Amino acid sequence: MSLALFLVQILNGLQLGILLFLVAAGLTLVFGVMDVINLAHGVQYMLGAYLMVTATALTGSFWLGLPLALVAALVLGLVLERLVIRQLYGRDHLEQVLATFGIILFVNEAVRMIWGASPLSIPMPQALSGSVPLLDGLNYPVYRLALIAVGLALAGGLYLLVTRTRSGMLLRAGASNAPMVSALGVDITALFAKVFAFGAMLAAFAGAMAGPILSVEPGMGDSLLILAFVVIVIGGIGSMRGAFIAALLVGLIDTLGRSFITDLLKLVMPAADANQAGPALASMSVYLLMALVLFFRPRGLFPAPA
Amino acid sequence: MSLKGLLAATALTGTLLAGALASSGAALADPVKVGLVSTLSGPSAVLGQHMRDGFLLAVKELGGKLGGQETDVIVVDDELKPDVAVQKVKGLIERDHVDFVAGVVFSNVMGAVVKPVTANDVFLISGNAGPSPIAGAGCSPFFFSASYQNDQVHEVLGQYAQNKGYKKVVLMAPNYQAGKDSLAGFKRHYKGEVLDEIYTPLGQLDFSAELAKIAAAKPDAIFTFMPGGMGVNLVKQYRQAGLADTIPFLSAFTVDETTLPATGEAAAGFYSGAPWAPNLDVPANKAFVAAFEKEYGYVPALYAAQGYDAAKLIDSALKATGGKTADKEALRAALKKADFASVRGNFKFNTNQFPIQDFYLVEATKRPDGKFQTQVVEKIFSDYGDAYAEKCKMK
Repeated sequence: MSLALFLVQILNGLQLGILLFLVAAGLTLVFGVMDVINLAHGVQYMLGAYLMVTATALTGSFWLGLPLALVAALVLGLVLERLVIRQLYGRDHLEQVLATFGIILFVNEAVRMIWGASPLSIPMPQALSGSVPLLDGLNYPVYRLALIAVGLALAGGLYLLVTRTRSGMLLRAGASNAPMVSALGVDITALFAKVFAFGAMLAAFAGAMAGPILSVEPGMGDSLLILAFVVIVIGGIGSMRGAFIAALLVGLIDTLGRSFITDLLKLVMPAADANQAGPALASMSVYLLMALVLFFRPRGLFPAPA
Repeated sequence: MSLKGLLAATALTGTLLAGALASSGAALADPVKVGLVSTLSGPSAVLGQHMRDGFLLAVKELGGKLGGQETDVIVVDDELKPDVAVQKVKGLIERDHVDFVAGVVFSNVMGAVVKPVTANDVFLISGNAGPSPIAGAGCSPFFFSASYQNDQVHEVLGQYAQNKGYKKVVLMAPNYQAGKDSLAGFKRHYKGEVLDEIYTPLGQLDFSAELAKIAAAKPDAIFTFMPGGMGVNLVKQYRQAGLADTIPFLSAFTVDETTLPATGEAAAGFYSGAPWAPNLDVPANKAFVAAFEKEYGYVPALYAAQGYDAAKLIDSALKATGGKTADKEALRAALKKADFASVRGNFKFNTNQFPIQDFYLVEATKRPDGKFQTQVVEKIFSDYGDAYAEKCKMK
């Protein structure tokens, strides 16, 4: 394996990590501030992608479609909060899991009825299509580089929002002691609704950004949701910084595992056995990482203050 | 906050994710009854939808009758779960007393339902799945395939790569039985060097790591089997990585009319193997494709064509027996004649009651109306039977 290939794979890992961060950020925000396990986050990601399909088709442009889809997702998030999530505050986690699991079934089926069962796609913006050669003839798609840049910018923006603004202060206060914030005259119900809708919009943003590289289909959020949960468990539940670091870690481990474990195993065992064991080990790598982290840091890498 | 609850939640999502929508119609006393088993919910529902629509189109064209008899088609959704399929098939046989069970998209579902159906002396007409055990030692007088044997499509690409003189290839498939069978099928006729066999987790979304490996290996071609959404992702990412112009993309069940609406331009020029394509020059096929697009407004895929043929096959057999289903031997002999105008043109049954038919290299192409479809490039196999027929004891 050449150095160039290794570098490209690191870039791939970063890019997957960024995508995971976009999904996990909203999840950890909702969990950290509202103490609600939102399994429906995956379908909100899917809805973002589907809304983007419709919005780009309507406007004929990726750039006009994006804000339209995000606003629609924000509104849907508010509706969902009002109809379902609001009933779940302060309830047992199991009840939250059951209710939001119900949302998954409902939305997946609704999406299939509205948009059809066939996979759809979002056209890539012209300016970002194509690929650029990086080192030794290995090409890298421009869109993925843009995705990395956007993800990093968003991470920075979220950091500033949480640590430097008045809304961020309320978020942090709400996360550590919601009744006290409420007693100080802040409308906690409205705050929670905003947080949930913002989380829904973050998920939708991830879906919309992933649309040009992934297929848009019913159930597309389900597998990603599991990885997003792994990310926030590793990062420390409720911690934005933890989610960022953990997402990059998971992205890198997963990508490097898939790329190199089989080849490494071939050095020590027959090729046929390596072909058997390699992929199995690679798909476990992320969960092994989670087990290790939980063993040494049961509350995750960056536990939110209790 | 409870970490345990969260972990439980994660596990629960993993095990429970599924949609369920079952539809079954009540049946009247006399008519011929066909249970149509298809995958109609979940991520793979589009394949089942094609098959169901193809089958129902044929019944509709025949005036709601098969073999001149009033026909009830009871559509059930197997949810792509073998246990659910078995339960529903038992209902079809014991409650609805169906004369035929038709359809079944996926081989794991077929593997589960073949015994419960054939052991009850009910005919099972496959509209797609053709796993090797049923083609070989496990063949049954009550099983007929209106589709193909699973290995054959992969063999088409292997033979093509061999004909084309590709010296070195990279193979890629999901890490499960069908994926391994696929690569084995490819290698049956391909004698060149296999640089690497990449196995990916089932349901993988992002292929950037694999694509970087392929780019670095610089093969003459790649062969892959990535059904459903995985294929859409792979095709788009393959094009975006700039590989489409340098390394030919051969695939099976990856680029077809179920995925082309999503991949569009990205898949243009990619090669697949199939026993059929929408532009196959057979009169029955032209009529079928035109009627299908008029009825449903989308381009039919292989699954639709096979569903259509399955209904026509049942129709031909019932015509021969005068609509009677009681004499199973007579019905079987009539089915075996395959006396119908297949949309594939050349179609007859082998000793194992799988088809002997032609296979083609097909290419994803944009039609003048802007829609995409696969089109025949060249015939790879003529009158091609499968490799397992000789293991079947039936004559």
